[in-house]
Amino acid sequence: MSTIVIRRPRLNVAAPATLGLVIAVGLAILAAVPGVASEYWLSAVLTPFLILSLAGLGLNLLTGYAGQLSLGTAAFMAVGAYATYNFAVRVPGLSLLADLLLGGLITAIIGTLFGLPSLRIKGFYLIASTLAAQFFIEWLLTKVSWFSNDDTSGVLSAPRLSIFGWSIATPVSRYQFVLGVVVVVFVVASSLVRSELGRRWMAVRDMDTAAAVIGIPIGRTKLLAFAVSSFVIGIAGALWAFAYLGTVEPHGFDLNLSFEVLFIIIIGGMGSIAGNFYGAAFIVLLPIALSHAAGALAAIGVDVGQLQNLQKILFGTLIIVFLIKEPDGLARLVQIARQRLRNWPLRA
Amino acid sequence: MSAQKPLISLISIQANTDPFSMTLSLSRLFRATWSRAAGIAGISLVLAAGALTTTSTAYAGGEEYFPLQSYRVGPYAAGGTGFFGGFIDYMQLINTRDGGVNGVKLTWSECETEYVVEKGVECYERLKAGLNGAPAAATNPLSVGIAYATIDRSTADKLPLITINHGRTDSTDGAVFPYVFPLQLNPYSEVSAIINYIGTQSGGLQGLKGKKIVVLYHGSPYGRETIPVLDILAKKYGFELTQIEVPHPGNEQGSQWLNIHRINPDWVILRGWGVMNPVALKSAQKVGFPANHIIGNIWSNSEEDVRPAGDAAKGFISITTHPSGTNYPVLQAIDQYVIKPGKGNLSDPARFGTVYYNLGVVNGILNVEALRVAQAKYGNKPLTGEQVRWGFEHLDLDNPRLKQLGALGLVQPLKLSCSDHEGGGAVRFQQWDGQHWKVISDWVQADRALLRPIIENSANAYAKEKGITPRDCSKDL
Repeated sequence: MSTIVIRRPRLNVAAPATLGLVIAVGLAILAAVPGVASEYWLSAVLTPFLILSLAGLGLNLLTGYAGQLSLGTAAFMAVGAYATYNFAVRVPGLSLLADLLLGGLITAIIGTLFGLPSLRIKGFYLIASTLAAQFFIEWLLTKVSWFSNDDTSGVLSAPRLSIFGWSIATPVSRYQFVLGVVVVVFVVASSLVRSELGRRWMAVRDMDTAAAVIGIPIGRTKLLAFAVSSFVIGIAGALWAFAYLGTVEPHGFDLNLSFEVLFIIIIGGMGSIAGNFYGAAFIVLLPIALSHAAGALAAIGVDVGQLQNLQKILFGTLIIVFLIKEPDGLARLVQIARQRLRNWPLRA
Repeated sequence: MSAQKPLISLISIQANTDPFSMTLSLSRLFRATWSRAAGIAGISLVLAAGALTTTSTAYAGGEEYFPLQSYRVGPYAAGGTGFFGGFIDYMQLINTRDGGVNGVKLTWSECETEYVVEKGVECYERLKAGLNGAPAAATNPLSVGIAYATIDRSTADKLPLITINHGRTDSTDGAVFPYVFPLQLNPYSEVSAIINYIGTQSGGLQGLKGKKIVVLYHGSPYGRETIPVLDILAKKYGFELTQIEVPHPGNEQGSQWLNIHRINPDWVILRGWGVMNPVALKSAQKVGFPANHIIGNIWSNSEEDVRPAGDAAKGFISITTHPSGTNYPVLQAIDQYVIKPGKGNLSDPARFGTVYYNLGVVNGILNVEALRVAQAKYGNKPLTGEQVRWGFEHLDLDNPRLKQLGALGLVQPLKLSCSDHEGGGAVRFQQWDGQHWKVISDWVQADRALLRPIIENSANAYAKEKGITPRDCSKDL
């Protein structure tokens, strides 16, 4: 029996109890938020933050845990959104949750399909092939009007959302609905990565030859990673379209969004569950903070257009700094800080 | 046991009694772990603090607030800077020359959307509550995508959504869309007017029979909006129609124009936006298609669309709801009160009087007049979006009133009602001579009677899908 040497032990594999506690406390705070937060915070900041965290989680399962790179995230979100929409419109009797689940399953199937190349290629080449998914799906959804229920302009507007008579129409209820879904998926995902499957993923990520030697079925493990990841991303896409924007068109899910989700896991932390929240917070909050600051600076006469470009430069710089200084992302920084605080002040 | 030291002690550290060890360990802590994060956190904090201090002085007599979801960077910046420049300059004029609208000063602030839907939604949510107590009057995102995404929100928040010359066609039916106003010209009217013009060029609408027309459209909701109505028109008048999509943003059109060359149509209708327009004109020149048989739509009609194409644009025809130029008293007044004193919004003063700029001015006139109509009913004070909505719905601009405003010939006569949120539906045709747009036709009307049932069907289908009960417009006050 050979042993696997895990080359770079990642985060949070060994601290389920603390993680659970942190997540529980965090969620309790988030659940209490509607009492204090304004409508703006709920509908324009917290809701997209939660949904992007979920999309980050989806990609993190694939990239951070199973080591398969992908740039097709936005395409899979689009599949989730369109599939959910079609179930909602064409099968009237289904509940919203069933629509979401079915939308996720369809995305899982499509994701697995586009994951097939991963059996032969990896790294850079796999990125290129998932990029094909990004372009192909966007094109398909634009070209075939059946997907958008033959709407002339190709813009879907969200049907009325309700679960068991609970109407999800206000910012508060939309937030609570998103929060509920996100909590469930995160709990399932965090136990999944500690299960046998999660450990197989990490074994494949760290060295697939070694993993194959100890009897892990590489192909099945990789495809399962694509399936589970796409399922989560599909649900995120449906929420993005219906619980956040309220409308959806194929170009809303373009390559930019894929990059955004990729940045979330790079900044938040690859192979970390909590890192998705940090990364999403960074991605959502920083541009808004910068834009608010731009408003303040514009009031004293600085050109608005220039500020916008400045904001992009600042954002890009921060990402580069992160990649160089802390490849394991914010999650790593938080972990180190927690460690220090625990020992502090007796020793630093 | 200091294992679970709460984070809060980090903040209260300054007040602690044992400075030396505290400072030492704190500095180590920072040096070792937080130094990397500190910079980022520091920047964020400063910026967040900046956000909280965003205030400006309030006027005593009350203010009406216009939230501006503008875009000054990105692929469509030319449209954004021109339009919002004109809009802001007109509001400046009202403030400086008239002291506001019946004593109510206009105020505004901008939020950059880059024409991106998510950013537009965030801006909408940020600005909708008003500014320093001044209530928001209406939103003018100038983006079909953002407009679509905020239709439900605008209706729920009771804030008018103005989509001048664009938007969702069936929102013309105010019974189903009480808060949405595709002012002047919706997309259906636009193509209908173009077909009517081609008809007059062919010796009457019966002359359209057997003619070949190609429509080259932008691959976006805006571009696709007119596909079905063009099919209906083709069937009605018997012309041969081919519709070709150009993927966003449209900087590569070689194959599309080869296709057009093969079809060899009598006319090409260009429904472009941004960079797609000059590229189309250049590509047309390459395949030898004459520019004076290309008709640009309402978003292919600006100086910024033709100048980059150089010679290829000479002779190009387009429609407009508002001629360019500065020969209108209202523009002269803007020049006198706003531009000359150096308070103009345009960074390039040469763009004063261009198509996008004048559209912004027209939009400003319509918003301000709606406010005035609403004030006549609700009193000369800052009004809520709901009250301003009433003003839009009862907007009635005839030629004498337009003359008073100094905008005769710049704005078409416009009368809105509960069931008609568009009002005008007429366009003029202009031709590019290489330097300027020359107006070459009088107002050409769209066939609104033909379009109305299509619009109503579409609006009713929307109402059914969304569970909206349409208002009864015969009872509306």
